[in-house]
Amino acid sequence: MKMSGEKAVRFGLMLLAFSSLASLLLIAVFILKEGVPFIIHYGVREFLLGLNWQPHKQEYGIYPMIISSLWVTIGAMLIGAPLGIAGAIFLNEFVPRTVMRIIKPTIELLAGIPSVVYGFIGVMVLAPFIRAYMGGPGLSVLAASVILGIMILPTIISISTDAIGAVPNTYREAALSLGATRWQSVYMVTIKAARSGIVASIILAMGRALGETMAVIMVAGNAVRVPHTPLDSVRTLTANIAMEMGQASGMHRQALFATGVILLCVIMLLNGIAISVVRGGVRRK
Amino acid sequence: MDCAITVRDLDLYYGTFQALKKVPLDVMRHRITALIGPSGCGKSTLLRTLNRMNDLVPGVRIQGQILLEGRDIYAADMDVCALRKRVGMVFQRPNPFPLSIRDNVTFGLRVAGQTDRDVQDEVVEQSLKGAWLWDQLKDQLNRSALELPMDQQQRLCVARVLAVEPEVILMDEPCSALDPIATARIEELMLDLKTRYTIVIVTHNMQQAARISDYSGYMLLGDMVEFGATSGVFTSPKDKRTQDYVSGRYG
Repeated sequence: MKMSGEKAVRFGLMLLAFSSLASLLLIAVFILKEGVPFIIHYGVREFLLGLNWQPHKQEYGIYPMIISSLWVTIGAMLIGAPLGIAGAIFLNEFVPRTVMRIIKPTIELLAGIPSVVYGFIGVMVLAPFIRAYMGGPGLSVLAASVILGIMILPTIISISTDAIGAVPNTYREAALSLGATRWQSVYMVTIKAARSGIVASIILAMGRALGETMAVIMVAGNAVRVPHTPLDSVRTLTANIAMEMGQASGMHRQALFATGVILLCVIMLLNGIAISVVRGGVRRK
Repeated sequence: MDCAITVRDLDLYYGTFQALKKVPLDVMRHRITALIGPSGCGKSTLLRTLNRMNDLVPGVRIQGQILLEGRDIYAADMDVCALRKRVGMVFQRPNPFPLSIRDNVTFGLRVAGQTDRDVQDEVVEQSLKGAWLWDQLKDQLNRSALELPMDQQQRLCVARVLAVEPEVILMDEPCSALDPIATARIEELMLDLKTRYTIVIVTHNMQQAARISDYSGYMLLGDMVEFGATSGVFTSPKDKRTQDYVSGRYG
């Protein structure tokens, strides 16, 4: 009687565990099934490098959106990565433990704010500021980069802080005992020892920035074109899918799924790199 | 007598706990001074005051005097980084940086801003020779230090200290993570090093203290119970408590 109870629990948990795996698999299969035939039919080159996205004329080139996603993501990394890594170093090395125990959860709370709220702040505060002081429409690559840069801070800070915190104290002691200053011990030893975790945090954050949709729709301006300056309005891959899926059908719908395929591939690639970087780092220790 | 380090009336508190009580210590130049005693007696704490590593512990308070070549190392105008270059330290567990062998040895130079490759190469060779590693490692200087066996890692840590050209080398139970053969090699190395350096070693291994040290201090609960020439401390201790400890009746 007791044994069968054990077995039932085990079976139930296994079912739950596999159901999340199954849903991932289903999503991937579904998107691929809808998207891949379109890419083959339309032509990989025309799809990825086509400059025109005009569904009513049967033109489905996503090149401008790829470049826009790239700009926005890189911009977000340029803002978020230095801030996040600096924050993680500061929290670990220059702040008492008790203060860190208050600040770190607060930063992690940032991750809990709905992205629409970030977008709202971007629209109401940041875009008008950019329009007034830097020119352009305001809703732009720059606005999206700043908002995304803040949104990815919790990811970078949280994972980097853990990585830096996991560096054995003996390294710090050794560095200081050889006459290093606090800062020398940080950049010559601690950061190098925590490198794999820091790199992983950046790559995961990059995945988040690339995949973020709502905030970007609100602040990027959504014009389909290849940006020339950070002040131009752009439409990212994710924004494109979210905005048009409602009224799309037929070829148009398939083209959006195909866009999803591209996103899926890039995100999986980024996650794969992050995982292998972390594993590589562990193996070296 | 030539004292490299003189400690007088040293009190040290961790918060409200007093870890050292009016401790005296005379460290003779080019001799090995051993600090022995049971765990928690304050010997490591005393060692770590000599290069001010205890400064890193929150809530630590220090009173008394420590003179290095006649100068108070806790004086307000003392440059702690410069002090630590003069008083190097080898730790309990080998702790080479996760860098190449070469970068480990040159760490002190790079900290001091010495980037000349030729100077670095010369120091790497001299330091590794000094720690008896050159012959084994000269062809693999770019290998990660973490791949070395434990005793080579510990000697690499010695080489890393030698590269800074310290006057005094502090060793905090340097053999506790090593097997007997590796321990013997480190002990021989220490006897070789004392011709050029002043060495202070903390050890819980009494035989080790008896084998290699010239002077020994027996500590108990933050007190320096007895200090003197090693032969005297081990064969004719003046204090009953020392006698109990060195004869194995206690600790």
